[in-house]
Amino acid sequence: MSTIINRQAVVVLVLLALAAIVIPAMNLAAAPGSVFHLSDHLVPLFGKYLCFALLALSVDLVWGFCGILSLGHGAFFALGGYAMGMYLMRQVGSRGVYADPVLPDFMVFLNWKELPWFWEGFNHFPYALLMILAVPGALAFVFGWFAFRSRVTGVYLSIMTQAMTFALMLAFFRNDMGFGGNNGLTDFKDILGFSVQAKSTRIALFVLSVAALAAGYVLCRWVVSSKLGKVVVAIRDAESRTRFLGYHVEQYKLVVFTLSAMLAGVAGALYVPQVGIINPGEFAPANSIEAVIWVAVGGRGTLAGAILGALVVNAGKTWFTGAVPEYWLFALGGLFVLVTLFMPTGILGAADKVWKRLRSRPEDTRGELASQAAE
Amino acid sequence: MSAPTTPTLLYLDNVTVTFDGFRALNALSLAIDHHEMRAIIGPNGAGKTTMMDVITGKAKPDDGQAVFDGSHDLTALDEATIAELGIGRKFQTPTVFEHHTVEDNILLALKADRRPFSALLSRRDKVERERIDALLERVRLNRHRHRLAAELSHGQKQWLEIGMLLAQEPKLLLVDEPAAGMTDQETADTADLLRDIAKTRAVVVVEHDMTFVRDLGVKVTCLHEGSVLAEGPLDVVSANERVIEVYLGR
Ligand SMILES: Nc1ncnc2c1ncn2[C@@H]1O[C@H](COP(=O)(O)OP(=O)(O)O)[C@@H](O)[C@H]1O
Ligand SMILES: [Mg+2]
Repeated sequence: MSTIINRQAVVVLVLLALAAIVIPAMNLAAAPGSVFHLSDHLVPLFGKYLCFALLALSVDLVWGFCGILSLGHGAFFALGGYAMGMYLMRQVGSRGVYADPVLPDFMVFLNWKELPWFWEGFNHFPYALLMILAVPGALAFVFGWFAFRSRVTGVYLSIMTQAMTFALMLAFFRNDMGFGGNNGLTDFKDILGFSVQAKSTRIALFVLSVAALAAGYVLCRWVVSSKLGKVVVAIRDAESRTRFLGYHVEQYKLVVFTLSAMLAGVAGALYVPQVGIINPGEFAPANSIEAVIWVAVGGRGTLAGAILGALVVNAGKTWFTGAVPEYWLFALGGLFVLVTLFMPTGILGAADKVWKRLRSRPEDTRGELASQAAE
Repeated sequence: MSAPTTPTLLYLDNVTVTFDGFRALNALSLAIDHHEMRAIIGPNGAGKTTMMDVITGKAKPDDGQAVFDGSHDLTALDEATIAELGIGRKFQTPTVFEHHTVEDNILLALKADRRPFSALLSRRDKVERERIDALLERVRLNRHRHRLAAELSHGQKQWLEIGMLLAQEPKLLLVDEPAAGMTDQETADTADLLRDIAKTRAVVVVEHDMTFVRDLGVKVTCLHEGSVLAEGPLDVVSANERVIEVYLGR
């Protein structure tokens, strides 16, 4: 029988708890110069990885469990990011270059006289929080409502999701959209009254990212271990069979897709204050494809694999772009090809297989299959 | 035009389905009574599977009516809604959820609220567990309940699928070639099981295996080129000259 907190979940949650303790401690307590010291710029970098891990988790929920290969999840991430960015811009107030108490700098620069209606309310943090969930959720709901009802699946659906994020990128590049155009939103000052540059704020954002990832993971575990999760896997494996059992497949896809988009939105919202900027580049189709690669590398349909894949690939990316930046895209492409060919179940799947082989003794293979199935 | 109604459980009237001008069903009419069991025979391409597609909402007829249980117009409904009305279907090739355990396959089929949020919050209670136990017993898969469906033999998958059909508690069961790929013993057992099921609900079985059809001992309809060629007891139908010509006498 399924439990929400299985063995895998215990491992994930313990590791995340450790990260939330050890990394701040290494930054704050260890003396600079000691091997245990973590320099200040690494804290938001690791925080960024965690946001990517949450994005990967959301991709795994729709792709790994429901078979919807979304190549547009970067759009939900970016929308969550913009919602947070709008809050942060409104917090700048008269400290901007043009010192307008209400209008962000770019609006003054464009000679706008008043705040566009969709910027109203973003000075309130709870409202911004609501929008971080509602905007990606609403887009996913509307998109999914049309796509799933007309039974668009497979490659066609993937192409539509790419087109969606591409169209949003073009729209956000335009100055008259009211989101800062090309430059996006940046030069943030503080969040809830705390300076975004302060060491303590960065630590707090890091710990919040860990907490969000842990909460997102538990939420996903709850969903996939429920009967809804079983239906969703059934849809992935035999969609029409599921319909003939009386399940309205489009409703299930819509629920999972919308939930997943909201998770991606939260990831984007935590990302923005840690990197200090959100611009239309976050909508780039390549970003969404990268997120899918993280999941494939870690192992799709496992949740923990998505987290692992995001962390491993992004750590690799940081190293590569520092050492040999021009080769990063080749490395990423090569990695994807290698994983697809030789590790179709990703790192986690491959590790699982090795582990099982080491452990299994001939006489208890049957019992093991049974307990594996029962998980 | 007033909504058509039917005193029988299922009523197909003048149903025509064309694929690129080719008539897979050609003005087919057929009535199935409550608690009736019917065997459908006919050569390959006669339209047997297409007929099931029409009844279950997978194919939409160009012409004709399909009415179920009073006044439900099947041609206007989608697959899931039709399934919820009480029509269960077993496919020609066994389709079970391979990545789920045998038990979970039954659980998913079990008659229950099908809305996503009910599924999210649903917890397996005692009644449900007993239903699952009884069904697994009935299709003889109790010992295999924790195995993945993918690990079952072909015959076991067929039975699992029948178990899933029963779990749905349909009023009408459509069974497409259940004996295909089964051993003689499995075939005989399957005929027994279907006869037993037919005591409480209507069953339509498509089958090529004449021994199997004889075992069922029910009214037979022979389809040919999308329409009914002959209908009646097996002895009468199999003595029909046209039936011998197009089907039996090959
Ligand atoms: N989706 C389809 N597209 C085109 N032709 C089809 C389709 N489905 C069935 N047919 C044709 O309709 C005819 C009836 O098929 P079917 O109902 O599967 O026959 P049966 O089950 O009696 O063997 C066949 O000639 C088949 O080729
Ligand atoms: Mg057929």
